[in-house]
Amino acid sequence: MPFKPVLLWTDLLLWLLVAGTAIYVWYCYRRPHLAAPWGRVFQSRTAIASTVVLAAFVGMTLADSLHFRPRIGSGSEGAAQYSNEVLSVLDVAFAYLRERRERTYSAPLATRLYAKDQIESSTGAPTRDYPKLTYGGAHLQDESAHGRDIALRAGLGASLAVAAAFLLSLLRRRLSRWRPNVPWSAGLWTFAVLLLLTVPLLVLSTGYHVFGTDKVGQDVFYQSLKSIRTALVIATLSTVTMLPFGVLFGIVAGYFRGWIDDVIQYLYTTLNSIPGVLLIAAAVLMMQVYIDTHPQLFPTAADRADVRLLLLCIILGVTSWTGLTRLLRGETLKLSQLEYIQAAHAFGVSSARILGRHILPNVAHIVIITLVMDFSGLVLAEAVLSYVGVGVDPATISFGTMINAARLEMGREPIVWWSLAAAFAFMLVLVLAANLLADAVRDGFDPRVRVGSVPV
Amino acid sequence: MTLQVADLRTVLDTPRGVVRAVDGIDFELRKGECFALVGESGSGKSMTALSLMRLLPEAGRIASGRVSLGDVDLLGLPEAAMRAVRGRRVAMIFQEPATALNPVLTCGKQIVEVIQRHMNSSFEDAKEKSLQLLRAVGIDDAERRFDEYPFQLSGGLKQRVMIAGALAVDPEVLIADEPTTALDVTIQAQILDLLVKLQAERGMALLLITHDLGVVAKVAQRVAVMYAGEIVEVAEREAFFRAPQHPYSQKLFAALPGAGQRGELAVIRGQVPPLTQPFNHCRFADRCDFVFDRCRVEAPQLLEPARGHFARCFLREEGLAPPRQTLSAITKSASEESRDSILLEVKDVKVHFPIRRGVFRRTVGYVKAVDGVSLELRAGRTLAIVGESGSGKTTLGKGVLQLIEPTAGTVIFQEQTISGKSRAELRPLRGAMQIVFQDPYASLNPRLRVSEILLEGMRSLRIGANDAERIAQLGKLLTEVGLPAETLDRYPHEFSGGQRQRIAIARALAVNPKLIVCDEPTSALDVSVQAQILNLLRSLQERFGIAYLFITHNIAVVDYLAHEVAVMLKGRIVERGAVDAVLRNPQHDYTRQLLAAVPRVD
Repeated sequence: MPFKPVLLWTDLLLWLLVAGTAIYVWYCYRRPHLAAPWGRVFQSRTAIASTVVLAAFVGMTLADSLHFRPRIGSGSEGAAQYSNEVLSVLDVAFAYLRERRERTYSAPLATRLYAKDQIESSTGAPTRDYPKLTYGGAHLQDESAHGRDIALRAGLGASLAVAAAFLLSLLRRRLSRWRPNVPWSAGLWTFAVLLLLTVPLLVLSTGYHVFGTDKVGQDVFYQSLKSIRTALVIATLSTVTMLPFGVLFGIVAGYFRGWIDDVIQYLYTTLNSIPGVLLIAAAVLMMQVYIDTHPQLFPTAADRADVRLLLLCIILGVTSWTGLTRLLRGETLKLSQLEYIQAAHAFGVSSARILGRHILPNVAHIVIITLVMDFSGLVLAEAVLSYVGVGVDPATISFGTMINAARLEMGREPIVWWSLAAAFAFMLVLVLAANLLADAVRDGFDPRVRVGSVPV
Repeated sequence: MTLQVADLRTVLDTPRGVVRAVDGIDFELRKGECFALVGESGSGKSMTALSLMRLLPEAGRIASGRVSLGDVDLLGLPEAAMRAVRGRRVAMIFQEPATALNPVLTCGKQIVEVIQRHMNSSFEDAKEKSLQLLRAVGIDDAERRFDEYPFQLSGGLKQRVMIAGALAVDPEVLIADEPTTALDVTIQAQILDLLVKLQAERGMALLLITHDLGVVAKVAQRVAVMYAGEIVEVAEREAFFRAPQHPYSQKLFAALPGAGQRGELAVIRGQVPPLTQPFNHCRFADRCDFVFDRCRVEAPQLLEPARGHFARCFLREEGLAPPRQTLSAITKSASEESRDSILLEVKDVKVHFPIRRGVFRRTVGYVKAVDGVSLELRAGRTLAIVGESGSGKTTLGKGVLQLIEPTAGTVIFQEQTISGKSRAELRPLRGAMQIVFQDPYASLNPRLRVSEILLEGMRSLRIGANDAERIAQLGKLLTEVGLPAETLDRYPHEFSGGQRQRIAIARALAVNPKLIVCDEPTSALDVSVQAQILNLLRSLQERFGIAYLFITHNIAVVDYLAHEVAVMLKGRIVERGAVDAVLRNPQHDYTRQLLAAVPRVD
């Protein structure tokens, strides 16, 4: 085999989530009353548009979650030897970005470094000037053709994008026939805009560093693409960890009241009054010690970084359920006084069923809203924690590490802005799309929104 | 002539299209008269009031028409000038005094604010004036109430404060939108008397908006009936109550339950037509008993069969309708005495809620919601529990079903003591005792389909072997309560209030109960819908021999449905007996007071 597959913990969990989602979709598809609210969700233009954007992000994440170790030769007994470096499909696809390292900072699309250095001029005399980049714009014979080359490549990319978008638009009629209620044009337009933005970037990236390079000369565009996975992993896995605590404690406390409520309230009040960063820092440092003292459990650097990422998710999840619990407890206190709950009591329906069928679906909108709020919050929390030094492993590329690296350069003149701008733009699009989709989901699932009646 | 409304049209922009909430109404409100606008929910009466005040919700706008106050065109005024009219010349009071007062300002401050806004007077003068007003609306210790916050006042007092605020600057017109609907019947009587007195003293015009014909009979001088955005009848009070001319008005009277009604109540079939369509036929045609071909092709105009008496019906071209028959009370014969066995026996039941204070939540006292109640109910009979809000009647109902555990006393149901039993021990009995709630909007889980709602109890109590069998039973059940079979696949919000209450009744019936506690099942419904539900409850009782513990504040419903009645006051039963004995010959002072306060149509 030319490679040896590697299944990291976060990969496993991500793929399990994908499988779970697929099963849920199939389950809903077979049941019209479950499919109906989703049908309503996707009648909204924003839902379609944000789904397209999110799908692009998720696609990146999944491509980045297929890991393997390439074969580097045969060992003494003919056994294959594999590299210690764990690569993903995304790494291979963007190998040209990963491998082209400059010496240090360079601006987006530049042909020269951002700092002056001693170089030898053509005459051999040492002068102080901006050195040429090793890779960025290296294909240019004449640097004066720089502007024209960029325009040419961007134009080529744009026309490719337009052509692809045109081909896609031919699908529209077929899609409309399949599901006439879905506003396909919104999705196709979003996709076209997405293509128009990314294809020129990709074409340009073959010859330039489109978002510049960072302090050690790594391509910022590549870092941004790699950060997507870290952000999504943290956001989804932390949420998955937090959800059972938050939901269970919240509705149980609100429904049973009495001493159960007292205990849960006591627990979250205590947890809330300890600074979150302190708790997380303590936990992360402890597990770092564990990782360092058990090197045999983690054969590669990627394994170590991955376990740290996973544990960070779990710790973030375990420490961030209190807000959701508090909200759900309050709502459940209100709901459990409602008459349909009392009617269920009058039928002798068991508490577990009341919680599952009457309370949970009626607090679902709060769960969804909180999750989306936390989604962005968690992506940002990762940045903060990386700053304190207790975030992801320094080897893991994330928006947090990008921002932190950029933070140091914000004070210098001329300013190095591209790392920060790239991280900002990617996070903005990701969080915005998630927010818009969650809005549409909430509206689609809330029967009261659909009534649309005004008191007459 | 004070206020004149001509061809007023108000529309609401909704996702379903343009709703013509008020569709061309004309009326005049004369100085010093009380004019009542009557209609069921959705008839557009509240929208009319809001249009006059130009306080429409965001989606609403006035499409056309003229509203003139004296010689001022209210619809043509700029908003700043309109603000000077509101409160100064036209004041309004609302249904729910609890939400119409600002909870963080004292009552006095809220009245002073109105006076200062319009009169430019100093705080001392304004305070003096508001104290006078508070006394005028019958608040005894005005000085103390002036500095109190709304939460410290009862509902009746809050409504008085609202009225004082509305009258602060002597408006020419007072619009009262269901001013007593949220109040108890004895308080309602006081507030209505107050309104009549103030109106006579000040010579202002009162536009009373209500759904209650009893209130109209008590207060109004002229009456207009609204239906589907139109006025269908206008008349002097005496003429209207003697001989209503429009078939809809006639039906409203026939649907009222009361002592004279012993058989089926008249119901208005069908529903109010959707107001998104333009009408070029009679709006009531589909529900009218006298409908003929012309009604479906031509919209009738207001006719005047008698002087000052208008009706929007082609039948009135032939002249006046005959007077309404007033039915004298039919006494239930003694042969109706039940020999059935005693189904439910309640002995000295108390439900006390502890009041806890302080860090350690010590119990410092008790709210005695139910304080020693004993009653018995025979199989297939109806026992009505009558009382005002806070009398503990709902708590009693839940205490009987063990939804709230009684503090003391015993409940014996089907010869078994059920008080003090655990939830598991009670489960086998749950099917035999059920409950129907007041609010059909809160009693059905909005996230479940009707089939799921109905199946829940059957599954829990293991009625029927499997879901297929249960669904088959549900099909029969739905016909029983008068709902189509496709109801099962829909969600509760797709139904009107009356249909939802039918679903709630079906849910209770699904487990074959012997006793249903009905907790004000019709008080959230319109008169015509109430009639349908009462008919349904009665026929179900006749067919299945179900006993009802019927909790209500509506004496007329008691008279129609119940065999026995118990009057509750402050957690105790003050009078108990057969309906005819208690209602015709009350012994206790409170019962007499209660009966005297009920506004009557006849």
